[in-house]
Amino acid sequence: MSFTDAQIWTVIIGLGLGSYLLRLSFLGIVGNRDLPEWVLRHLRYTAVAVMPGMITPLILFPQATDGTLDPVRMGAAVATVVISLATRNATLTIFGGAAVLFALHFTIG
Amino acid sequence: MALSREFWQGFRDGTPFILVIVPFGAVFGVVATEAGLNVAQVMGFSVLVIAGAAQFVAVQMMQENAPVLIVLAASLAVNLRMAMYSASLAPHLGKISWWKRGVISYFMVDQTYAASILKYDQTPGMTHAQKLSYYMGVVTPICPLWYLATWGGAVLGTAIPSDLPIDFAVPITFLALIVPMLRTFAHVAAAMASIIGVLVFAFLPFNLGLLVAALLAMITGAEVERRMAARRKQ
Repeated sequence: MSFTDAQIWTVIIGLGLGSYLLRLSFLGIVGNRDLPEWVLRHLRYTAVAVMPGMITPLILFPQATDGTLDPVRMGAAVATVVISLATRNATLTIFGGAAVLFALHFTIG
Repeated sequence: MALSREFWQGFRDGTPFILVIVPFGAVFGVVATEAGLNVAQVMGFSVLVIAGAAQFVAVQMMQENAPVLIVLAASLAVNLRMAMYSASLAPHLGKISWWKRGVISYFMVDQTYAASILKYDQTPGMTHAQKLSYYMGVVTPICPLWYLATWGGAVLGTAIPSDLPIDFAVPITFLALIVPMLRTFAHVAAAMASIIGVLVFAFLPFNLGLLVAALLAMITGAEVERRMAARRKQ
């Protein structure tokens, strides 16, 4: 890496400041204003609109297996969804999904 | 702010994320150190940026000797979703005093956002103060451990066995949050649009495909909700 210390800190501070402004953006300016209903209706779907898209490539094309479908990771993802539907408990789901992941890793992986 | 019942609920709900925060913080510490950053710089990333995916992108591009502005643009693009989280939290936390919103913003990461929004949706009638307490409860086991794990990785080096599938801790923890969010057909439709959208727009650079997919998915969810409400009225 040919970055000088000053350049490295420029990246760190620039990325830190920029990320903070992105996080503050709407939360910072909305204040006491009431948002119109059509805006609220869209915002209600933010989490289910961002997160499935974020993990889809991680499940289908894991970098660790050079982007090829991996039965260990696929099996763990399916098991996690099943455990979530069955238990309706996020903590149990996370530990259950991790247990299946490692079980598959040490058996078929 | 006393440590209320909501705080401890948040704390308990945030605790399982240790499973993903510790390995990723440690891996970042190792990778960034091996890239040539000193401990202060590695910690600068985890404390000032506090966003794993963007930090990894920045360090990888620095290793490839990309120009500073390109490194900043690419890693900030990864964090554009934070503006969507900010908008999504605004109806819940927007009326809290400005300095507390400043603190909330600093600690806004995927896990704190998702756990909190799930709780707010499932528990109508929470006050702003209760929502804030819950949020800070989720933050408490997550963010300090992010710094600590990063520091451990930077100082101790490669102590993590590299063949373990720890990359998959991220999808597992997010699946555990997403599935309970699928309460209505509109939520399911939005999630499907998000998945299809991210595959269709995968060709866009800088992770922008996710942003396009997310916007289309939000429109899908809102439109399905509107049509179903209109049909119910008839």
